[in-house]
Amino acid sequence: MLFTVNKSPFTTENLRSCLRFAGKEAPVLLYEDGVYGAQAGTALEGFVKSALKARAIYALKEDIAARGIDKLIDGVQVVDYSGFVDLVAEQNVCPWI
Amino acid sequence: MADDEIRDEEESSEEKTKFLFIFKRAPHGAIYPYEGLEVILIMAAYEQEITAAFVDDGVYCLKKGQDTTGIGIKEFAKTFKVLEPYGVEHLYADRASLEARGLTEADLITGVEVVEAEEIANVISAQKVILPF
Repeated sequence: MLFTVNKSPFTTENLRSCLRFAGKEAPVLLYEDGVYGAQAGTALEGFVKSALKARAIYALKEDIAARGIDKLIDGVQVVDYSGFVDLVAEQNVCPWI
Repeated sequence: MADDEIRDEEESSEEKTKFLFIFKRAPHGAIYPYEGLEVILIMAAYEQEITAAFVDDGVYCLKKGQDTTGIGIKEFAKTFKVLEPYGVEHLYADRASLEARGLTEADLITGVEVVEAEEIANVISAQKVILPF
């Protein structure tokens, strides 16, 4: 089950909430404003790093570029639109919007 | 494609698909929860296996004693009580979301199962289709 988050973790609790309900190893994909959660050096970096110990976290390349984010938390995997499609095709999706 | 595969597909298409509706928002601040309820009622025509989970502010949708006459909006919490004939067998509410909001099971409409986040995580992972509201 792939969980997707598209809101900034600094304005909503979506990312925290999602991780409370995501299964132990369920991957999370950040897109749109969700990618702000993947940026290095934020107040949430420690939280995201601890989440990365249990699961894969992906962030959408085009949304990262659009927001000028140039430093990502180590371990976050960048996928492009085609990678997004592959992830969605290979498992069920739980949109945490 | 081999005949066996075609047959398998036909058989599986007869099985009920598991749908989970996740309610994350309070009932009257946005149209989402009401729309979610409407979609459940529509889905009933397709006789699938439907579950609803209420997390975060979504638990407010289940608060009993809502009187919306003053704001001109339909009170729909009571509709959640009568969804069983529509194929909705379980309404789950997240215990931590309730506790954070000072609510207990006694504050909710009847028929709600208050469970831990881990149980909702298990319910989510067993679904085919998830619709967030």
